[in-house]
Amino acid sequence: MSRLSGILLGCVAFVVLALAWQAAYWAGVFPPRLFPSLATVADTLGRLTINGTMLVSAAATLFRLLFGFLLAGVVGVVVGLLMGRVQWIEDALLPIVSFMYPIPGIAYAPLFVLWFGLGDLPAILLVAVATSFTVIINTWKGVKAVNPIWIRSAHAMGASERSIFAKVILPGALPYVLTGLRLGLASAWRILVAVEMLMSVTQGLGWLIFGSQQFLNTDVMLATIAVIGIVGMLLERQVFLRLEQATIVRWGMMSA
Amino acid sequence: MAKRIDLRHVTLRYVTDTREVLAVDDVSFTVAESEFLCLLGPSGCGKTTIMNMIAGFLSPTHGDVLIGGARLDGTKHDRGVVFQDFAQLFPWRTARRNVEFGLEMRNVPKAQRKDTALEFLRLVGLADFADVYPHQLSGGMQQRVAIARAIAYSPGVLLMDEPFAALDAMTRDEMQRLVNDVWQETKKTVVYVTHNVAEAVYLGDRVVVLDAHPGRVKAEIPLDLPRPRDPLSATFVEAQRTILGHLGMQH
Repeated sequence: MSRLSGILLGCVAFVVLALAWQAAYWAGVFPPRLFPSLATVADTLGRLTINGTMLVSAAATLFRLLFGFLLAGVVGVVVGLLMGRVQWIEDALLPIVSFMYPIPGIAYAPLFVLWFGLGDLPAILLVAVATSFTVIINTWKGVKAVNPIWIRSAHAMGASERSIFAKVILPGALPYVLTGLRLGLASAWRILVAVEMLMSVTQGLGWLIFGSQQFLNTDVMLATIAVIGIVGMLLERQVFLRLEQATIVRWGMMSA
Repeated sequence: MAKRIDLRHVTLRYVTDTREVLAVDDVSFTVAESEFLCLLGPSGCGKTTIMNMIAGFLSPTHGDVLIGGARLDGTKHDRGVVFQDFAQLFPWRTARRNVEFGLEMRNVPKAQRKDTALEFLRLVGLADFADVYPHQLSGGMQQRVAIARAIAYSPGVLLMDEPFAALDAMTRDEMQRLVNDVWQETKKTVVYVTHNVAEAVYLGDRVVVLDAHPGRVKAEIPLDLPRPRDPLSATFVEAQRTILGHLGMQH
């Protein structure tokens, strides 16, 4: 199948979903106030974009996401690399990481509110905690998956342990590191929206949805959900896909 | 520049779950400066194990390995290694940047590194592929890059472990000619591991024939045929017959 027809087919799925929505609206499954038409949602989205509400909310959410994710990314990659390369660090940390990894980050939310109060700080920390274990686990696996012959070759050419770490282990583990960061960002994105509903922050996409509930502003809720989807997709396609194309796909370590 | 290699009563034992294995038993030989030595033997003769000890990847249980008269010294050890596995190249570096790696480890300035790498890529006939990533090269080309990479930083000895065993016959012939030319040009001390008799006779100044289980030196055969050697000449065939006789494979 050609690339163009593939893209078209992908668009068809959106059209089908829109039609199904619209059909449900016309059929009157829910009262119109609870189930707005697509036109109303689009109209609201336009209005919120023009008056700046959507931009301010998205900026607040992205700010928290960025800091939380950066924290998790740096800590996760460093800890994962060390665990993969140094036996005693692996022995010390693997049990605790395996224990923490499956705990949903949102479970800590009430605790973090008690400890750090309301606002940006607990949200950022919660995103970092929830995300870092995914990054750690994947980075650690990536180090384990580094082809031993690369390390041997580097040794043969006189590389020090430090050079091997920076010039062999790090690029060699990159396919897994990128996978970890990508999964981490997706989970950070999910937990952040939930956290914004629980933590009564004053701005943000999650807050916009939650705050709209009591006024039955379902059109605002849906418009915001659409924005969350769009931003998530942009992060995925414009950041991670490009990063992969420029590195591991180009190097033949992953097929396009 | 080229260095001499001495193996003195080198023995390697290792312990598995069930028993102790004697992999290499009291192996002694010397490779003179700029000599091309082939280590030949059937699988299980410990030829790769011996090469790994010369490379410093393994330590002998008994005996000594000396390079240029000195015992092996970790990362400062002065050798280039070419493995059989094509995957030895770093996929994230272009051919040129792969060749630069050893120079980088020696803190050679960037511009000089680039010039040297290009010079060695030219030596193996890949000057036009300097900026190509390994996955875009054929197996034979990847091995040529690996050879350039192993000698670009001027190690005293070059160790090759069946570098062409995974190549098709035609490419292998071409690569053997290339190794012969590169060796005549650079005059490295070479230890070349192979199980292919014709390859050993084509390349070696001397062939050390090994016996299996445990690995022992069975015979040392000097080869003084003029280079480049003609695999169809009577003397070449005769040399092959002699070696096959030592391997116990003559019919």
